[in-house]
Amino acid sequence: MKKSRRSAFSPETLPKCPTGIQGLDEITFGGLPKGRPTLVCGGPGCGKTLLGMEFLVRGATEFDEPGVCISFEETAEELARNVASLGFDVDGLIASKKLAIDYVFIERSLIEEAGEYDLEALFVRLALAIDSVGAKRVVLDSLESLFAGLANESILRSELRRMFRWLKDRNLTAVITAERGEGDLTRYGLEEYISDCVILLDHRVTDTIFTRRMRIVKYRGSTHGTNEFPFLIEDHGISVLPVTSLELKHTASEERVSTGIPALDTMFGGDGYFRGSSILVSGTAGTGKTTLAAHFVNAACSRGERCIYFSFEESAGQVVRNMRSVGIDLKRWLDKGLLRFHATRATSLGIEMHLVKMHSAVNEFDPSIVVVDPVTALLNSSTQSETRGMLLRMVDLLKAKQITALMNTLTHGADPLEQSQVDISSLVDAWLFLRDIETGGERNRGMYILKARGLAHSNQIREFLLTSHGVELRDLYLGPAGMLTGSARVAQEAKEAAEAGLLRQGIEKQELIRDRKRKAIEAQIAALQLELETEVQESKQVLAQEELRLSDLDRDRSAMAKSRSLNAGTRESGRKSGNKAGGRA
Amino acid sequence: MPEGAPERRRKTPEEPVGWELRLYVAGQTSESLQAFANLKRICEEHLAGNYRIEVIDLLKNPQLAAGDQILAIPTLVRRLPEPVRKIIGTLADTERVLVGLDLRPRG
Repeated sequence: MKKSRRSAFSPETLPKCPTGIQGLDEITFGGLPKGRPTLVCGGPGCGKTLLGMEFLVRGATEFDEPGVCISFEETAEELARNVASLGFDVDGLIASKKLAIDYVFIERSLIEEAGEYDLEALFVRLALAIDSVGAKRVVLDSLESLFAGLANESILRSELRRMFRWLKDRNLTAVITAERGEGDLTRYGLEEYISDCVILLDHRVTDTIFTRRMRIVKYRGSTHGTNEFPFLIEDHGISVLPVTSLELKHTASEERVSTGIPALDTMFGGDGYFRGSSILVSGTAGTGKTTLAAHFVNAACSRGERCIYFSFEESAGQVVRNMRSVGIDLKRWLDKGLLRFHATRATSLGIEMHLVKMHSAVNEFDPSIVVVDPVTALLNSSTQSETRGMLLRMVDLLKAKQITALMNTLTHGADPLEQSQVDISSLVDAWLFLRDIETGGERNRGMYILKARGLAHSNQIREFLLTSHGVELRDLYLGPAGMLTGSARVAQEAKEAAEAGLLRQGIEKQELIRDRKRKAIEAQIAALQLELETEVQESKQVLAQEELRLSDLDRDRSAMAKSRSLNAGTRESGRKSGNKAGGRA
Repeated sequence: MPEGAPERRRKTPEEPVGWELRLYVAGQTSESLQAFANLKRICEEHLAGNYRIEVIDLLKNPQLAAGDQILAIPTLVRRLPEPVRKIIGTLADTERVLVGLDLRPRG
């Protein structure tokens, strides 16, 4: 499966044989030990035979490694029929010499043991089958039948030991299945002989939900995932669900994707979420989580991106209709093939099955946006810790593919949010919280960003309005009376508007008065100016008249003096001084 | 055991062959030789003249192992009379061989 990864291994490390089984090669970091036997043990019906068959079929079809199955339980026809439902063409592979199945029938009641024997005939048959296809892989299924069919256990043990040695010497990668024992891994302690790799399969029912699990008990010379990994037998074979990012190697994109609501983009510093991040939207019932998701989807589809909407409460038709009422037309994206709905009842399947369905849907459709609405519905189908595990795996999967995921969760009204969902919080990158604000006999919606990793985000609560053209965000009114929403806010806004109007009027009036005053003063100034000018004018006239009179007097006197000097010269000097003084007075 | 011979017949002219036995071996191992000797002895004692033994060496004819569902070596198969019986081992335990061949009641 991961050929490129395998080729990067240095020669000293254990060579591995990829199984091709989804997820198994991840948890074993490359596959089963090459050229060595691997023991697969588990109870009845846990999928041992299927694992073996898939190992062979994938080997033959994907890795050009033919295989041999020595079956002690089922005939070749039965095996072929059993796995045909998984799309494995066993008959075709047998015909094309890529697979050989030898059914070894063994029935204790038909066999009498009289003396020493060995299992050389089994070796002969195995060798024949291996040579017929040039096998690189071998499955022995299952050894229990051998023990059940033959009485002499000590011979069996020594022969099995010889068999495993024989397989190793031929550099065959073998899968040997065995029933799980009471205290030990296997009923006959076979794990003692096969010490390279032991895989334990298990299934259990918890809260009426059936879960299969796989654990790598032992893997000599290699690291491996040590946890129990849920696995499924689904349409295409076995699917193990590893926490893909055991190493947390996600690439972190700097690219941003719009939330679909400009005002919300602003709250996230202008551009919305990071691409490939996981966003949790939590809120009580009816706070608009789905609408928020629809906006996001709508914006993505408008950019030509593909989206998958996993709905666990509403059918596709319901969502489309309901979103039309807030002015979001999702149908056109459905018609264009950009949007795909997966609507299932959460309780219809176990949680792993949900995850696998989501997994395969994501792999098939290759979306850039995924919406899960709501994640909480899945809680009902599993326990809290399992849900968390599932969410973790889902988030991992989506992150690895750089898919932006928006998950809705329903919170209970009374729940202190941070407590109830703190476990989910650590998985997500951004968390939007929608809540009811009850004031003045009204229920209104508020929204704030609880966290947004790596983003400068608004710390304010906004009022969240659902209008006929979608979501609108309003600043909350914060005043001396506290936080106001809804009609209280509208009323307050109106009141403020009125107050502002009054103030504005007052200012205008003041301005008018000042204008008038200025005009009055200006008029006064003008009048005084006029008066001043008049006076200046008048005084000028008086002065001019005086000057005139003076010059007249001078002329008269000189005329008189002329005439006197003509008449009596002696009197002239006395008269002259007297006249002069009198004329000036 | 005579080497290599895939079959060996013993037949008396006056009686039809009632018992058809096959002994599967893999090469001439001591177990195989023991088994053949033991079988011959038992047959001579209990089925004198009325049996036929076929020895099959799986090293030479490996493809024959599947037909009779042979797993262990040596394996004696009673092909006739029916039903088919199988006895594995060196056939050293005569009692068990006789039981296995239905020559002695089970108990």
